[in-house]
Amino acid sequence: MKTHSIRRLIGATLLLALTAASASAQNLTGAGATFPYPLYSKWFDVYHEKTGIQINYQSIGSGGGIQQVKAGTVDFGASDAALSNDRLKEMPRRVIHFPTVAGALAIAYNLPGFTATLKLTPELITGIYMGTITVWNDPKIAAANPGVTMPTAPILAIHRSDGSGTTNIFTTYLALVSTQWKELVGVNTSVSWPSGVGGKGNEGVAGLVRQTPGAIGYVELAYAKQNQLQVAQVRNKAGRFMEPTLASTTAAVAAAADALAKDARAPIANAATPDAYPIAGLTYLLVYQDQKDPARARALANFIDWAIHDGQALAEGLEYARLPEALVKVNEASLKKLTAGGKPLAAAQ
Amino acid sequence: MPPENFTPLASRGRGLRRRAVNAAAIGACVLAAALILLPLALIVWHLLAKGLPAFGPAFFLHMPKPVGEPGGGMANAIVGTLILVGLGALIAVPVGVGTGVYLAEYGGGRLSAIVRYTADLLAGVPSIVVGVAAYGLVVMPMGRFSAIAGGVALGILMLPTIVRSTEEVVRLVPQSYRHAALALGAPRWRVLQSVVVPAAWSGIVTAIMLAVARAAGETAPLLFTALGNRFWSLALDQPMASLPVFIFDYARAPYDDWNRQAWTGALVLLLLVAVVSALMRLTTRRIAGH
Amino acid sequence: MSGSATVAASPPGAATRPSVAVRARQAWADRACHGLLAALAALVFAVAVLILYETTRGAGPAISALGWGFLTSTSWDPVAERFGALPYLYGTIVSATLALSLALPLGIGTAVFLVELAPRRIGEAVAFLVELLAAIPSIVYGIWGVFVLAPWLRSALEPWLIAHLGFLPLFQGFPFGIGMLNAGIVLAVMVSPTIISLSREILLSLPGSLREAAFAMGATRAEAIAVMLDGARPGLLGAAILGLGRALGETMAVTMVIGNTNRISPSLLAPGATMASVIANEFTEATGKLYLSALTEIALVLFALTIVVNALARLLVRMTMGARRDIAGAA
Repeated sequence: MKTHSIRRLIGATLLLALTAASASAQNLTGAGATFPYPLYSKWFDVYHEKTGIQINYQSIGSGGGIQQVKAGTVDFGASDAALSNDRLKEMPRRVIHFPTVAGALAIAYNLPGFTATLKLTPELITGIYMGTITVWNDPKIAAANPGVTMPTAPILAIHRSDGSGTTNIFTTYLALVSTQWKELVGVNTSVSWPSGVGGKGNEGVAGLVRQTPGAIGYVELAYAKQNQLQVAQVRNKAGRFMEPTLASTTAAVAAAADALAKDARAPIANAATPDAYPIAGLTYLLVYQDQKDPARARALANFIDWAIHDGQALAEGLEYARLPEALVKVNEASLKKLTAGGKPLAAAQ
Repeated sequence: MPPENFTPLASRGRGLRRRAVNAAAIGACVLAAALILLPLALIVWHLLAKGLPAFGPAFFLHMPKPVGEPGGGMANAIVGTLILVGLGALIAVPVGVGTGVYLAEYGGGRLSAIVRYTADLLAGVPSIVVGVAAYGLVVMPMGRFSAIAGGVALGILMLPTIVRSTEEVVRLVPQSYRHAALALGAPRWRVLQSVVVPAAWSGIVTAIMLAVARAAGETAPLLFTALGNRFWSLALDQPMASLPVFIFDYARAPYDDWNRQAWTGALVLLLLVAVVSALMRLTTRRIAGH
Repeated sequence: MSGSATVAASPPGAATRPSVAVRARQAWADRACHGLLAALAALVFAVAVLILYETTRGAGPAISALGWGFLTSTSWDPVAERFGALPYLYGTIVSATLALSLALPLGIGTAVFLVELAPRRIGEAVAFLVELLAAIPSIVYGIWGVFVLAPWLRSALEPWLIAHLGFLPLFQGFPFGIGMLNAGIVLAVMVSPTIISLSREILLSLPGSLREAAFAMGATRAEAIAVMLDGARPGLLGAAILGLGRALGETMAVTMVIGNTNRISPSLLAPGATMASVIANEFTEATGKLYLSALTEIALVLFALTIVVNALARLLVRMTMGARRDIAGAA
């Protein structure tokens, strides 16, 4: 389009005029999900010390990451929500998903004086967020928590007001356990919540839960730990009540290994194995299969190779669940598919 | 001569009522000040209490460290904010002050009415929308995030405050000043340069400082333009770190160490603005000839 | 004054008009000055047009897909791709009204206090500090709103309002601490540094003869202040509009405390959402063309709202002031 080419001309002139001591070709830029940011920032720092390559990543949100990959302003994007087939069609070239780590969502609650651990079933969680269960002493909750007296207080269901991969994981889970949720509300980074109030960010939800007696909310595990929130046990598909831990999260990923080998975007929520925690999800790096610049592509491939092997050792210290071996193999296979200008990359270091 | 039935205010027999109204009005003003200054003071107190622990030279000199490693600072973000706000001011101050002077001095025509409306319109644009617009206007053509784009976004945000406030204070410069200068034979442009603008300078500086303060604290527009940078970079055509984005990232994290650094970052931001403001006030005195 | 035009030293009565050449040069300089300033003003207009253009372009798909129903619908469903801006429009108007009705009187009152009633040194020091407070990132205000204001509202103010004024639909509901009231108060606090600083500058710029004339007529302190405020009215309107602009466009702090639900409720204690907050919340994570476009259309609606409100404010001031331009002209 005419206006587009005029703008490109202006942009190119600007670029030419300003490119003084520009960064070397081996500095990469990435943007996207907030959830893995602490781990990624550690990875990039360690990798920088090891290889001298600067990888600059900013957490502007999963949607932001996807948009920037589409626009070509970054070398890679990061997203907690995998791209659906429709979204993939909107991208100019083929995109590969590289799962890096997994995280669990804790169902945190605030019931002062309640010393036992709350047990929740999928039906209860769905009911609370649909707005059909409104008080803590509802008989259905009492049924799942025998021998414990539930307080008579209204439930304040807190969800995320900002679009987020965390909401995507949570709604994926709810859609898997409730056809009513799937039809009425659906799965997305942002949905039309039937009830409750929204807090901004994980820290917003955690803060609201911590402050408000009677509140319940879903947050990433690290936030529940940091805010010392009471965390519920959730019944998984196998019938066991599980707490969100790194072990139960890794078990959830391992349970989906076969599905992930076929499609790296397969959900890991509501896993069927007894050790798995049901509300978990993977986070991905989004990379074009065919890169433009061979040097940058090689640098990117080397980094991803490091991240899925050596980088995994750093994950657990920061409350992220590392990838099981099966998934590492899936990623290795995907790495081999990367090309630059149509030609395959040289073997990774 | 005043008309026969004229009674000066002081001798009307309602002294008590007027004194009561006077006392009530003054009391209301004091109460108003207290009600507003109290939450502001509380916020500053909160900031100091949380921000001072990690405050120190290390914060200014060191680069950010990954989670779990103690120490680290926001050196690149501090410099980045200065650069970005400087770029924004470079755009906004000449354009804004010039426009304000234009509206006050040559106002009344159709261009003035239109510009005045658009300045008010710009004042109400959410900062994220300015960021998205700057993304379309600068980032997309350039093909990358850059400090230039961030500067443009901040400049746009600073414009309305500077334009409208400059217009108001220039308008309030007494006509007698202008008439005196004109009577001395000075041409119109000289009157503006030597008389009107220096007389209004204190108000203009306030406007600039308010605009700078607001721009320094903005996060949303920078996310789409300058993006952010964990490494040291002074290049204007590359992503650049900034304090608000750092504060935003660190405040949201589930790590106490990072949260603490976020508070310190907010404190440093205030300090930066205070220093720049003080410097500008010093130059004010010199220009206005006090 | 620096470098004033010098008057030639010549015997009184002798002609001191500048030569034709000098006058011609000065006339050219005047025109150049006028032209330069006009160009800068036009630049401001160009910036606004560019932003409007970018926003309209982005909103295009949503406008054609959703039509006028966008303004009356209350659903916001990114999954089913049904979008309606009414709850956000309502929330923006209510929160901004609440914020300004708190910040304007309190802010102007504080400015009066700083200018007229406080000792000069204290007034200057406090004014300097207040200016600084405009630099506090909105996220800090948001955190204060969640961790300091909300508990106080939940335990003290809101129960009191429910108990004493609960017959009004304005104050009914459950005291959660977060919601429209919290957002209005946080916005008022955020907007007040702007209003205080600018009002103070305006009051300081008024000619001293105004105050002296009032006192000479025997006015009390309060009456003199009233006269000065009257003279400052156009300037105060400017400050109010800038404050309103900030209140309408504020994103981060509001979204942390307003509860973010897209339901319209008459009560101030209920949660709500504003147009700016929904854009800030969802823009970076929005995937899908219609979703992004709907968010951009909300920005367009916000533009329209700003225009309407500004026009109304101007009309109000012009009606109450009559044909008078500015007091300073008389000095």
